[in-house]
Amino acid sequence: MKSTGAQQAMVGNRTGIQTSPEMAEELIEGASNATPSSEGGPEEIAEYRGEYIAEGFPIGSMPMMPASEEGEADEEEVGMAVFLDKLGERLAFERMGTRLYEALLNKCEMLGEMTPGPTLEQIEHIGREELEHFLLVNNAITELGGDPTVQTPCADMAGVASLGIMQVLTDPRSSMAQCLQAMLMAELTDNDGWQLLIKLADNLGHDEMKVEFETALAHEEEHLLNVRAWLSECVLDSAQV
Amino acid sequence: MTLDIFREKGTPLDKQLFTWRELVQAPTSKLDDDAFTRVRIILMNGLESDAVRFSHATARMMNGDLRLPLAKIRRVEHHQQTMVNWLLPADLSPLETTIGFEQVAIEVTASVALREPDSYLAQVYRFGLLEDFDHLYRFSALMDRVMGADANNIIQNYTDIMPGRPTMVEHRAPEDDLREHYVSATADPLTKLHAVTIMASENQTHDYYMTIGPMFADPIARQLYAEIASIEEQHVTQYESMIDPNESPLEKWLLHEAMEVYNYYGCMEYETNPRVKEIWTRFCDYELGHLHMVMDLFKEIDGRDPAELLPQTLPEPIDYQSHRQFVRETLTNEVDLRASGTQFTHKDEEADRSPLSIAYREQMNSEGSPSEIVAAGYQWTPGTELVEKKSAFAKGASA
Repeated sequence: MKSTGAQQAMVGNRTGIQTSPEMAEELIEGASNATPSSEGGPEEIAEYRGEYIAEGFPIGSMPMMPASEEGEADEEEVGMAVFLDKLGERLAFERMGTRLYEALLNKCEMLGEMTPGPTLEQIEHIGREELEHFLLVNNAITELGGDPTVQTPCADMAGVASLGIMQVLTDPRSSMAQCLQAMLMAELTDNDGWQLLIKLADNLGHDEMKVEFETALAHEEEHLLNVRAWLSECVLDSAQV
Repeated sequence: MTLDIFREKGTPLDKQLFTWRELVQAPTSKLDDDAFTRVRIILMNGLESDAVRFSHATARMMNGDLRLPLAKIRRVEHHQQTMVNWLLPADLSPLETTIGFEQVAIEVTASVALREPDSYLAQVYRFGLLEDFDHLYRFSALMDRVMGADANNIIQNYTDIMPGRPTMVEHRAPEDDLREHYVSATADPLTKLHAVTIMASENQTHDYYMTIGPMFADPIARQLYAEIASIEEQHVTQYESMIDPNESPLEKWLLHEAMEVYNYYGCMEYETNPRVKEIWTRFCDYELGHLHMVMDLFKEIDGRDPAELLPQTLPEPIDYQSHRQFVRETLTNEVDLRASGTQFTHKDEEADRSPLSIAYREQMNSEGSPSEIVAAGYQWTPGTELVEKKSAFAKGASA
């Protein structure tokens, strides 16, 4: 007989010390009687890490403005560099967001629409807006004379920070609720990201962009409310409360 | 163990077929599968990786006759490795996989050390075991202190997390890493199977750490991987030096295939996940097919009878269970051993007997020891040391 995932799950979770109390007792007794080979504590790591931080190497720099020369740039150039860096971050995030909702749509198609939970149409709607936001930022960077194909330092770090979200969404084994939990992280970040862009656009005098970004933020606020509600309903429903 | 490797012909090579879909099956569960299922996956990935490594090295050094059979078997071994390695799930992080690698190095080496008929080589295994045992402790400290996670969720209580021979004193000059080799003509077949198994496993550990070390952001993690990868390089040097260099390439190939049969059969015997067990069973048959092909080549090219080298039935397999008591006894009795040439000596005599290792170690550790720093004052605690409030934020934390 072929084994199935369901049968596998019947065995249950084997992590934690209560899985095998006798062995756990031996493990704890051994560890507590052992003497570390050196004195100190976790603070030793911080000290060591500090040496590297002090070296001051950056993740990278913006095009035409190497990090080492930033001090020589005038005020306007500095402001533009920061704006383009954050626009690059939003661009990357919206591009990934589109793919995230594609993965969520795929999951929902396979698992079937669940009540409570998003409908296929609702996911498609959000995905479409993420794509529009990506194109909006793409145009904004071009208008400012930037290169939308550049991976800026903030875009790079946002990508690193978001790696786990994509891993959750594309794992065939993750549930709809687990995916929504990951999407909530994305939407919370996205909302704050747009708010910051609006402030930057405002302070740097890009009024038209500010208005466009406010529209995008209104969409994102709706995404956040929806994802938060679907997640909450899914979890409460699974807990039968 | 009753598998008659001369009578059982296994699956013929031309029937050993795959599809991409088949290679990439649903992975095992990090949470629900037994830790020893992961141990077997990591081990067998290492053995297949070595099969491919050995085959390429041989193809580069041999004349034309063996190139095609090597390439044919190597293609299958590569896909076997893929199917096995891809059983690890995506939620198993590189550091969690590392904890799994060290559990393999401890529990598999302990089983080998206990069963090894050659007392000198058994000593070599115990020597290496205490070093990998220390690595588990250092990586567990890293996981706790940098990632905020508990290594015991991976090892599932089977293996102790405490210092072994401190990693910082494991650094040795090459002169003290070579060992005496077994003599092929007289060695017990189990001795040979053990040596190739552990060598292959350690080689994969080295390669894995060298691949994932740069993926970590934290400098202490990057340094710890650099340091422990260096010990794994020493271990590969140690274990490969145990193998008789006078064996012909075909003899080595024959032995490698026999080792793979031996280990897949052992995995089959112990496996608790039925889906994974099917894979072990299938690949045991594949390896028997490879073994018989190489037996024919051995007869044809070397003009020798495989029965000179291989036993009719395979010895008892590796014992996939906790070896806590054995490891603790070894720790108590042998933690202070150091290498001196091909032999072992007490640490008090190391300065006189192994001056090259002392000089090398002092040089490597002269700007600090990552393994000591990461585990300064560290004692594993269930649920991480934050339960004991060992944190920069401990002052003023309530509860």
